[in-house]
Amino acid sequence: MDTIADHLAWMAWTWQTIVFFACMAAALAGLTTLAVLRPETPHRGILGFATTRGDRFFVSLLASAFIFLGFIRFGGENFLYPAAAALLLAAVMFRFA
Amino acid sequence: MDTRAFANRAWLFVVPVMIVVLFSSLTPMMTVVNYSFQDTMGQNNFFWNGVGWFQNLLDPTTAVGQRFQGSLLRNLLFSAVVLAIEVPLGIAVSLCIPKSGWRVGAALVLIALPLLIPYNVVGVIWQLFSRTDIGLLGVGLTAAGVPFNVTQDAASAWFVIIVMDVWHWTSMLALLCYAGLKAIPDAYYQAARIDGANRWSVFRNIELPKLRKVLVIGMLLRFMGSFMIYTEPFTVTGGGPGEATSFLSIDLVKMALGQVDLGNAAAYSLVYNLITLTVCWVFFTYTTHADQKDAA
Repeated sequence: MDTIADHLAWMAWTWQTIVFFACMAAALAGLTTLAVLRPETPHRGILGFATTRGDRFFVSLLASAFIFLGFIRFGGENFLYPAAAALLLAAVMFRFA
Repeated sequence: MDTRAFANRAWLFVVPVMIVVLFSSLTPMMTVVNYSFQDTMGQNNFFWNGVGWFQNLLDPTTAVGQRFQGSLLRNLLFSAVVLAIEVPLGIAVSLCIPKSGWRVGAALVLIALPLLIPYNVVGVIWQLFSRTDIGLLGVGLTAAGVPFNVTQDAASAWFVIIVMDVWHWTSMLALLCYAGLKAIPDAYYQAARIDGANRWSVFRNIELPKLRKVLVIGMLLRFMGSFMIYTEPFTVTGGGPGEATSFLSIDLVKMALGQVDLGNAAAYSLVYNLITLTVCWVFFTYTTHADQKDAA
């Protein structure tokens, strides 16, 4: 009998991308749960417009993508640096945006 | 305080849409992400390639990097030119549409006609129109002594593609602006008349500010449309002469389907997607933020 893995073979999964998408799904589920349990009002921070947790999360992700691409563009090798920068940026976003 | 009843059950109605999106967008996109980190020799055998494709794509000294950079710059130039022509022209056309009587219907139908034509048919119309043997435009320009050849001359190809886009899409901006103009209450015009404002200051101080929202939406739609354009230029020029009109989508399709270069094409499409996502987010945030400021 075919396993689920056989059915998904065409998608060419790797454990790295599985971990990535699992983290995304977990983050979205977490944010949804948080929104239900602890409703929030958007507040204005350094971005200059009212943001919710979801907005801050989205901005962090978008900016992280550009941080990593910029790092690759200028020939960086050790990905701990952009990862640290992205985490720092996310922390700043969630605290001050 | 908002006292309306709030039912979370409404979310259930979104479930069918979510399922469709899962199959039509999310699953293919996850596959593209998987491809962008691997290499394949076919037969569904994949090898981990790390960020190799992204390094390739973002380095302008590689062949793929050069293609990406060239297409990106061409596409940005195309979007800028198209917006710079269509927005002022759309406003101008909307100001000329009659405000009452049977002429309104006639003008709106005529203006909307180009929007009803399928993209590939628009391409075919302009491809034929610009041919130098049977096309009215091509024959006319050649007879007038203007050097014109879409298949060999990059300037001719750009000219036709830009005029085609203006012809196809100015109508949308004109209709949006017309709707915006109709929404301005008469009191504003009466006040302007009492103040003795001339036509220009009515436009500058009443009509243009009131059109801001529709213009932002129109510009977003036209930027996205021109930044992701494929069918029309592909039908007219096929991306040529040479690479002269290879915009991002055209180049990407060549890479993914023509050369079956899956890894490079996957990295290409993810970076492309990131750019459109960012622009879309900026526009969206700007419009919603502007709404909040207006309401305050």
